[in-house]
Amino acid sequence: MEFLTYFGDVFTVPAMLLLIGGTIGGLILGATPGLSPTMAVALLIPFTFQLEAVHGLILLGAAYTSTVAGGAVSAILLKIPGAPANIATTLDGYEMARRGQGARALQLAFLASLVGGLIGVALLIFLTPVLAEWALAFGPSELFWLAILGVTIIGSLGTSSVVKGLLSGCIGLWLATVGFDDILGVQRFVFHSSLSGGISIVPALIGLFAIPQVIAMFADGRSSSSIEAISVERHPLSRAFRELLSRSRAVVIGTVSGSVIGLIPGIGGQIAGLVAYDQARKVSPERDKFGTGHPEGIIAAESANNAMVGPSLVPLLTLSIPGSPTAAVLLGGLLIHGIFPGTDLFDNHPHVAWPFINSMLIGQILMCVFGLYVASLAARVALVPKSIMAPIVLGLAVFGSYSVQHSMGDVYVMAALGTMMYFLERFGFSAAPLVLGLILGPIAESNFIQGSLIAEATVGSFAYFFGGALNLLLIAIVVASVGYSLYAELRARRAGNAERGTP
Amino acid sequence: MKQVLAGIALVLAALVGTVEADEYPDRPIMLMVSYGAGGATDFQARIVTMTAGNEDALGVPIAIINKPGAGGRVGWNWFATEAEADGYTLAAYNIPHFVAQSIKGGVEYSKDSFEPIANWGADPAVFIVGKDSPFSSMMDVIAWAEENPGKLTFSGAGLFVGHHIAALQIEKAAGVTMQYVPTKGGGAAAMKAVIAGDVMAGINNLSDAYRAREAGNIKILAVADIQRNEEFLPDVPTMMEEGLDVDNSSVNFRGIMVPKGTSDAIIEKLAAIVPEMFMNSRVLGKMAAGGSPVHVMNREEVLAMWEERDAYLRELLKDL
Repeated sequence: MEFLTYFGDVFTVPAMLLLIGGTIGGLILGATPGLSPTMAVALLIPFTFQLEAVHGLILLGAAYTSTVAGGAVSAILLKIPGAPANIATTLDGYEMARRGQGARALQLAFLASLVGGLIGVALLIFLTPVLAEWALAFGPSELFWLAILGVTIIGSLGTSSVVKGLLSGCIGLWLATVGFDDILGVQRFVFHSSLSGGISIVPALIGLFAIPQVIAMFADGRSSSSIEAISVERHPLSRAFRELLSRSRAVVIGTVSGSVIGLIPGIGGQIAGLVAYDQARKVSPERDKFGTGHPEGIIAAESANNAMVGPSLVPLLTLSIPGSPTAAVLLGGLLIHGIFPGTDLFDNHPHVAWPFINSMLIGQILMCVFGLYVASLAARVALVPKSIMAPIVLGLAVFGSYSVQHSMGDVYVMAALGTMMYFLERFGFSAAPLVLGLILGPIAESNFIQGSLIAEATVGSFAYFFGGALNLLLIAIVVASVGYSLYAELRARRAGNAERGTP
Repeated sequence: MKQVLAGIALVLAALVGTVEADEYPDRPIMLMVSYGAGGATDFQARIVTMTAGNEDALGVPIAIINKPGAGGRVGWNWFATEAEADGYTLAAYNIPHFVAQSIKGGVEYSKDSFEPIANWGADPAVFIVGKDSPFSSMMDVIAWAEENPGKLTFSGAGLFVGHHIAALQIEKAAGVTMQYVPTKGGGAAAMKAVIAGDVMAGINNLSDAYRAREAGNIKILAVADIQRNEEFLPDVPTMMEEGLDVDNSSVNFRGIMVPKGTSDAIIEKLAAIVPEMFMNSRVLGKMAAGGSPVHVMNREEVLAMWEERDAYLRELLKDL
């Protein structure tokens, strides 16, 4: 309970002002397409030079927390996931916003973020030493199987047909091989200098999700926009609370998967939302409604991506290993004040470490309060006519892609992928499995190669990849996941046949 | 009207000419870092340029732009082919990375594409093992590797970077073969592999290894430099002291450069001011706090160092 004694440090005037400022700023940055949590934190680092160590970290922690949640705003209203963490939120969130339920979707997103976020930070406070060992248990072979587990999700994600899902997943896996490979030291599929670094994930996200929408809006033209005018439903907060409670299954699944997966260095933050979404759908009796604007989808995804924030800092704070790009930037923020994270961080610098973690707890609450405040206003975006919306989203997409690394190459990649996706969507393919392939491809490949190098020198490939309790557990989950998908598919087909059989 | 416009254009052109020579710099300068935000190069670049706006330095701020990808190749390709040589576009260099990459080919730059300004840091590679490892000196490691050829796994951040060069040098000097395991995701991933026991040993940056040792996670067996690092690791021997003929060729030098074609007046001005800027007491304080070794070199020294590395690496990488 040591952390309680340091709560006083968070409630000082400068700390609170920074916390509030960081939270509001983070929400705005997070809601801006292209500004991922990593970039938002990096942008703030220079400001912390002038601050005391503890204040600097409070600012960075608040920004990290709120940018992750803020990403839900553009994911739900514009179908632009601000970061990989928000991909799963777009699947149901945008559908709800299109039906005029944007306020409800945003309220659920922020409330679910609050629950997940608080539990995630609580895990960081109480279980850090245990969790650190768990994070280290994932070597190349385990990460490889984890990526394969992610691949098994691909087939069932956001599309009616498993075959088309797998096919777009394969396109994603192929796109992931483009660029210069760090491990093999060779160039692959580089036929334009914009591609030499591979396809960056944020421009790809923006292109694949936003551009097909924009093209569809332009294709509809001005005439239909007046007909489509929908009313934005007002949604009282108390109803959102009750809805969250009644869908506690999705909250639990989201929070648990988010915290567990968030721990794993190098992979967690990217896929936590998608894995939680998939698990929530598999156990839900209303699984058919997922992808059509089902609140459980938003709840699972958003509780997972905020639950990941706390555990993702465990490897950083205990082992000095940044588990995610954002954690790497936070490490810089610590080092600049001469604080080396490590097993003894909480003994040597309790006056910095504990207020930082406490401020993340308070930050989660502030984030939820401010988020809910803007939710009903922001939902009115759905009232903007398409003829105005399309150029605005297009502008944001170009701005967002360019700002990642000040590169026009990224804008071309975004435009090309977006145009391709527009046509693919017309044939019933969807963007989510493609993106998952793009994210998991490099993880699976590099860990397989590393694992093989180690295996050849030591115990041999079979023993390396199929030995050890954790490997076997992951393989079992992979088999179960595939088996379940096949079973569900067969059952659905049989039910379909039965229906058609009765006249 | 046309004549007036032409007149204005002439005056402007004349002004630009004089401004370039005398009043440079008169607007903020951009510094391209070819690694991601939060990495060691990015982190140090932000510190050493934080006083650029001071009156006694450049008088204008320096903004960091990250162009990460392909181990730095994306950023340096951009810098060699697209960056304007007007003195307002600088880049951070990493030696031996970009020289080794240019020797292996597939990139659009060589050491002749850039003009160095000054060097700010030198981060030697160190040989590390987990805290519970049976190895406690380089002799132990080499002895084990001789008995078990090709079975000793050790990690490092990618191919043709300082870590890889050090790995090649150690194998060559000891006459043994070991299994180098390059990781994706820089030094942090290579460090994790050692701490978690995925590999038996590793090569990492002195600064990161120093912090990991302070945290009680690893042992540092040797430093690949010609002398010990008195500031951070006075107790760790050099490779030479351990009987391995490994010099400082893998030391990761970091500094600032401009594209070829930048006017001599601007290069001279930067070369005079920038080393002073690195020696600012606030900069030195922050660098020491972060465990980052400072090594300031002027333009002539850097030019000589580039030349020497280029020749040596051509020899070392010839057979690969």
